[in-house]
Amino acid sequence: MIKIYLSIAVLLFSFIGTTQESTAMKKIKRGAFVPLYGSDSLGVYVPDFMLDVYPVTNQQYLDFVKKRAKWKKSKVLRLFANESYLRKWENDTILGPEMNKNSAITNVSWYAAKDYCACQGKRLPSMDEWEYAAMASEKEPNAQTDSVFNSRIIESYELPKTYKNKVGKKFKNYYGIYDMHGLVWEWTSDFNSVLISGESRQDVDTEKNIFCGSASINASNLMDYAAFMRYAFRGSIKANYNIQTLGFRCAKSIKK
Amino acid sequence: MKSIFSRITLIGVVLFIFSFLMNSCSENIQSTEQVYQCPMDCEEGKTYSDNRGCPICKMDLQLKDKYSKVLADEGKIESASIFNLTSKWETQNNETIELKDLKGEVLVMVMVYTSCQAACPRLVADMRNISKKVDSKEVRYVLVSIDPEVDTPEVLKAFAIENEMDSEEWIFLQGSIDDVREFSNVLAVKYKQISPIDFSHSNIISVFDMAGVLFHQQEGLGVDNDETVSKIVELSN
Repeated sequence: MIKIYLSIAVLLFSFIGTTQESTAMKKIKRGAFVPLYGSDSLGVYVPDFMLDVYPVTNQQYLDFVKKRAKWKKSKVLRLFANESYLRKWENDTILGPEMNKNSAITNVSWYAAKDYCACQGKRLPSMDEWEYAAMASEKEPNAQTDSVFNSRIIESYELPKTYKNKVGKKFKNYYGIYDMHGLVWEWTSDFNSVLISGESRQDVDTEKNIFCGSASINASNLMDYAAFMRYAFRGSIKANYNIQTLGFRCAKSIKK
Repeated sequence: MKSIFSRITLIGVVLFIFSFLMNSCSENIQSTEQVYQCPMDCEEGKTYSDNRGCPICKMDLQLKDKYSKVLADEGKIESASIFNLTSKWETQNNETIELKDLKGEVLVMVMVYTSCQAACPRLVADMRNISKKVDSKEVRYVLVSIDPEVDTPEVLKAFAIENEMDSEEWIFLQGSIDDVREFSNVLAVKYKQISPIDFSHSNIISVFDMAGVLFHQQEGLGVDNDETVSKIVELSN
């Protein structure tokens, strides 16, 4: 009898060690697409990769911070996050009164997001990977020409305070991924490769064709308009920013 | 029956060990136990659990925390300093360094790539013009490559020689793709590979004080560098 209790105790104890649950991932099948903002008009090839089904939640980030003291609100280095970092939290280990533990974590910097993913044995998705996975509707991997899907995305961008919603309540796309649209914006590993911010107009040498005006005017469909909003947002932020409507999810390469 | 339970125990133990492996990012929580050490460190690192006095120099022992804090303060890095970065870089002279190895110098930094035909030669010229005007030995001019796959230490060395930037104050750095991306974010430099050989990038020269904190940024090509020069002179004196 003692042995039974002992085995059960050991088994239970082993689960306590893994309270910080890692989000389930789905495979995004390789393919080529033409991003709104790419290297050339030929499009980019995205190899197979894994992507988190949901954005990282407040609870998951809290569990992470408890173990990783350098990302506590009171300890974080200014180099890696400005004053808005975890702005709504009560303190280092308690979420704000209005925060839901199953909502997406926001008010986190790029550096924090990057380290979180690294600690899960994952990484941030690249911008091309993120955009590629975000083209999928419920039924199709590439819904760029589906006007109903595209107007739904635009409408979802117009809703206020969607960061307060819980993850996993929006539609599940072709790959089994939730919340790519209409919950929060998401960090990508190379977000700062978008050279369309104010200063880039005068300072950047070779970018002449993607300025606010030309990109939106030439946008041929609504998908481009939605994508333009995302690229413009990425072009306007810095890695130490912590924004209320900006969260992240992790990705992983598939070893060949 | 017996074997089933021992099997469950075994699975539990394996899971338990595994859970520790999974938590490799956890940081050790420091023990709250008080540890005393001689302030002169007469016994080279020996510690005591109470303040009994140093048996060698007879001085009162100090709490080790306090003692190590004094040491840490000397090497303290400011919260906004780039010396907090732990990335490793190869120089044009094949040395591996961390940014904090550059502590104590005023740093003037720019991101370029050596095969660049358009903006970089002008940016490099801007750097050289600044260095001529400043003319101080306490300034280091650091060029970080955004194309680390091509810009090996050998390529960087050749570039340095060709551009008469081979003296001590010029440092060329090659890092991993990931670390270069991180560093570009520290400098608020944007860049994107637009073809196999070309990058688009912002033209920003950044000045850091001796503690590694950003002090000034000059944006654009061939702009009037008087302000940047005066900021560097201000820091290096």
